[in-house]
Amino acid sequence: MIIIKGKGVFSAVGIGKILFITKRDTEIKHKKSENFELERTRFKEAKASALKQLAELYEKALKEVGEEHAEIFEIHQMLLEDEDYNASVNELIELAQFTAEYAVRLASDRFAAMFSSMDDEYMKARASDIKDVSDRIIDNLLGRVSKLEDTDGRYIIFADDLTPSETVMLDKRKVLGFVTRFGSSNSHTSILARNMNIPAVIGAEGIDEAMNGKTAAVNGFTGTVYIDPDQETLKMISELAEAINKKKQLLEDLRGKENVTLDGTKIKLYANIGSPEDVESVLKNDADGIGLFRSEFLYLESDDFPSEETQFNAYKKVLESMGTKKVIIRTMDIGADKQIDYFGLSKEENPALGFRAIRICLAYPEIFRTQLRALLRASVYGNLGIMFPMITTFDEILEIKGIVNDVKSALYSEGIAYSDSIEYGIMIETPAAAIMSDVLVPEVDFFSVGTNDLIQYTLAADRQNPKLESFCDTHYEAVLRLIEYATSCAHKYGKWIGICGELGADTRLTERWLKMGIDELSVSPAFVLTVRDKIRKINLKH
Amino acid sequence: MKQFEYTIRDEIGIHARPAGWLAKKAKEYSSTITVTKGEKSAVATKLIALMGMGIKCGDTVTVTVDGADETEAFADIKSFFESNL
Repeated sequence: MIIIKGKGVFSAVGIGKILFITKRDTEIKHKKSENFELERTRFKEAKASALKQLAELYEKALKEVGEEHAEIFEIHQMLLEDEDYNASVNELIELAQFTAEYAVRLASDRFAAMFSSMDDEYMKARASDIKDVSDRIIDNLLGRVSKLEDTDGRYIIFADDLTPSETVMLDKRKVLGFVTRFGSSNSHTSILARNMNIPAVIGAEGIDEAMNGKTAAVNGFTGTVYIDPDQETLKMISELAEAINKKKQLLEDLRGKENVTLDGTKIKLYANIGSPEDVESVLKNDADGIGLFRSEFLYLESDDFPSEETQFNAYKKVLESMGTKKVIIRTMDIGADKQIDYFGLSKEENPALGFRAIRICLAYPEIFRTQLRALLRASVYGNLGIMFPMITTFDEILEIKGIVNDVKSALYSEGIAYSDSIEYGIMIETPAAAIMSDVLVPEVDFFSVGTNDLIQYTLAADRQNPKLESFCDTHYEAVLRLIEYATSCAHKYGKWIGICGELGADTRLTERWLKMGIDELSVSPAFVLTVRDKIRKINLKH
Repeated sequence: MKQFEYTIRDEIGIHARPAGWLAKKAKEYSSTITVTKGEKSAVATKLIALMGMGIKCGDTVTVTVDGADETEAFADIKSFFESNL
């Protein structure tokens, strides 16, 4: 068995025979032609056929993957009609006396190089579109048929890379998965694979043509590809496939249903996300809102402090895609296990108990202000809640509110709009905050319990140290009592409380949360329906 | 000749789809429609050239409409920018 690691772009699994697609024979033998009029006509006819094929592919893709992803074939048609592209090909035919196919190849290389040299990932990826349409014309000129069109049986497709048209041309009933050596998660292939619901792994550098015909097991969750998998691996992958199917069934049954117990108690079920890309899975899993949007990704992904504009765009995108549904964004929680070089923080003996999250924000208010400005500006695009991590004292809340008000007045005087209905909340993740919740609650709109930190701080046990596992009893009454106390304080003041830590998704505790009166649970998108299922089976009157 | 300035709001800037639509639209008119950003400019009927300008979200472009049907084209192209870019 050979194990190859790549990047999984669609979380599904598959087992099947490998069909290694080699690049079309790209060598052009006849480069020169004496008869430029003939070549011009050949180009014109090949282009006309290409346009017709693309129109058909568009129709096919429209049915299979929907308008948004079919549109690439419309763009391909437009590229083929581009004035500069056509002028370039015709010029090469007439002036340099090249054959139509060679002229198309040269023009293709020229325009692809232009796109490749652009400093924008989206535009760079367009080079493959130019190559794809040009290859299509060349195929027509040379009467070549793609290898994908005449295969029997079902396969896991292996390739260096696949063009969008190669992907769509595939007979879906024959494809069990994709593994490519190159490709990006932005590529059309990845997007199409996601829509087709089949596993896809990109950047699998270890694949080679000699694997053609062998058996492969693909795990799109981990990006692992097993060549000639052993019995154990086959069993693992089959079980995973079964679990996925079961979950899919669950999803279909529970989609659109309320989060209500048998006795009629309701609870909100939100999802946790780490980047705007996760919104898709939030909606797919039918969450009522976003209970925790970790803003750290903005800081972790960049080499310097993310600008107000970058942050604004990310927040706006999420707010817009969630419509009127609640989106709670947590201000940056850097420090502890998330260290960033450009913050220039000194090394700490005890990072979990150290300089992190709101403590950094209050010490360097300029970092905090940038984030707050971006959040407030984005607030007009949806239903925003802002929450602050690692609170321990009342004074911190007052200080935060002071800064929020400063930012608001600055925006106001600049004539920049922000929403009046933003909810402000704090994380309950330190025992101090939980114990002081009666004092803290009048100053906030909501609480959100971060159970991971609350557990380790309450039990004084590092959750990442395997030796301490026996001390990390996540169901220990000490933690639950803190949460219970915070809940009663919140409700006394008519405020709401949610749980956004891992414990929120622990279905062994769902009943306890409901009894406590927790108003909202925020869990990983993948757990939303599992928790909904649990809620709907609980009867609190028993 | 008529012209207007526009700041791109689309997150990916002038990307393939709107560029394609714009090219299509520009072909409907006899006027020459030019998109300019700084020193670079492209005739709007040329899809690749338009994409090649690498116009991003937040960039301000000047759009010039010049020709017999410029009044009609101006209004149409301007509203195209406003609703698609």
